[in-house]
Amino acid sequence: MREVYMDHNATTPLHPKVRDIIVQHVDVYGNPSSMHLFGRRAARLIDEARTRIASLINASPDELIFTGGGSESNNTVLKLVTCGGASCPGCSAMRNEIITTSIEHPSVLNTCKALEHQGVKLRYLDVDSQGRIDLDQLKSFLTDQTALVSIMMANNEIGTIQDIKAAVKITKEKSVLFHTDAVQAVGKIPVDVRDLNVDFLSFSGHKLNAPKGIGGLYVKRNAPYCNLIHGGHQEEGRRAGTLNTLGIIALGEAARIAEEEGPGEAARLLELREYIKAGILRSIPDVHFNGHPVHSLPGTLNVSFRGAEGESILLYLDMDGIAVSTGSACASGALDPSHVLMATGVGPELAHGSIRISLGYGSGREDADYLLAKLPPVIERIRKMSSVYGIAG
Amino acid sequence: MSDWLYSPLVKEHFMNPKNILEDEAAFHADGSGMVGNIKCGDQMLIVIRVENDIITDCKWKTYGCASAIASTSMLSEVVKGMSLKDAYTIKPEQIVDKLGGLPEHKFHCSVLGDKALRAAIDDYYRTHGREGEIPKEKAVVICQCMNVTDKDIEEAVQKGVATYQQLQEHTKLGTVCGKCRTKAEELLHQFSHLYG
Repeated sequence: MREVYMDHNATTPLHPKVRDIIVQHVDVYGNPSSMHLFGRRAARLIDEARTRIASLINASPDELIFTGGGSESNNTVLKLVTCGGASCPGCSAMRNEIITTSIEHPSVLNTCKALEHQGVKLRYLDVDSQGRIDLDQLKSFLTDQTALVSIMMANNEIGTIQDIKAAVKITKEKSVLFHTDAVQAVGKIPVDVRDLNVDFLSFSGHKLNAPKGIGGLYVKRNAPYCNLIHGGHQEEGRRAGTLNTLGIIALGEAARIAEEEGPGEAARLLELREYIKAGILRSIPDVHFNGHPVHSLPGTLNVSFRGAEGESILLYLDMDGIAVSTGSACASGALDPSHVLMATGVGPELAHGSIRISLGYGSGREDADYLLAKLPPVIERIRKMSSVYGIAG
Repeated sequence: MSDWLYSPLVKEHFMNPKNILEDEAAFHADGSGMVGNIKCGDQMLIVIRVENDIITDCKWKTYGCASAIASTSMLSEVVKGMSLKDAYTIKPEQIVDKLGGLPEHKFHCSVLGDKALRAAIDDYYRTHGREGEIPKEKAVVICQCMNVTDKDIEEAVQKGVATYQQLQEHTKLGTVCGKCRTKAEELLHQFSHLYG
């Protein structure tokens, strides 16, 4: 059976060149913290990778901390707010409020929830029907108690891109720290930490064709910082644990490819996405596209089908070898539909009836045609047995 | 492709659902029941034909996931030839067992079928001048999400359940949306008074 992977926002396959680099360096086992030849060899490769990754986001190499991935990076930043005063002699106490959005990734939302139990005050920004925040609301939420603003750059479910630069500008007027979860953005759209003027930025390797288990955090020079993971002196004492040499080398190569090929790849994916969108519009009635028509990730298409439940769509497509994801509650084992779609106000029927098609390296026109051939009969079939679709007719 | 998420029988009923209601007008239902709410992500319509108090045909439509589709498909097969009285007592556990089980977090997706069936039987009695035969002792569903009735709560208390947390553990009541908590605590208090 043909297999078509259209779930690149969940994770990506290794880029062949990244795979090659991993294979070439699979025997580099020296501990990069060691002074001897073996250690120095690993350390040199890590330095090169760090430089490449820094270059991709226009940071200095010393402003990067390698982590286990996006969730760790997000946790590290958010938990700075409770790390202060007596509990941590190295830190000065911070203010007590965090502003974030209602559409963040669970690694931000659930960390915030945990912090609320520790007495931190949270404010959640609303989004409009296309998933964008209101900068005036951000302005109105900022107080002299705000410690940190954390706004994701691009949403994983609907692909909407926020105007981070404008949000930072407003935030800086109050001298408040700014973090952006850029896990879905880095490698897919241009990200420039100097231009954005953010204090912290999270990213993850496996979203840009590097392996799982490696990610990073940009920390602007002189920004307040405290360890999430204590231990050895790695990363200038900012994140303990023997460095993931192979993962870092792979991420470095992925960053190099993204910097070189990113703009062309983005244009290609955008065209492919619009091709799929037009094909769906042509062949399936009663559809609703979620997200922003312009400010969105080039390879992300989130679409709802009235009267058709998302898990059923996903599983029928799976039978045809097509991999997508859904905002339906049923698929995840959660019981509410996607918090992101609900925040955009589409309502429960369209939220439960949504699928996310996310394209990336390896997605081509043939895959799109295969999807466009398989999707309409699946939707028709589900609607035929639907108790809420065309019931009057 | 390797292991599927659900049992082979669930897969079979999902891929080839039985007894889908395609033409409502042509079916000439004797009884019809619609339950569920799109807000919770599933809704179910069941229609039956009845002769001499035996269900001769059963068809359905649903807005739901694979578990809901498969369990309703199975239910619609099982009830054909059953008496109204027997069909009234079908529990979702029986259907889930027949399907070879569902993952625990998917169980709540299977609870609409039997509810819709009872609603269809009630409708049959009502529209055939036999309203008096609608079972009066019928349990009232307290927890919609996990299909837990006042009878279930009563039984739980008789078995020694004393607190809301124990009730949750015992019946899974209130473990999903939690909206039934107030009502459930009220009943728990009442039954505890009776049996405690």
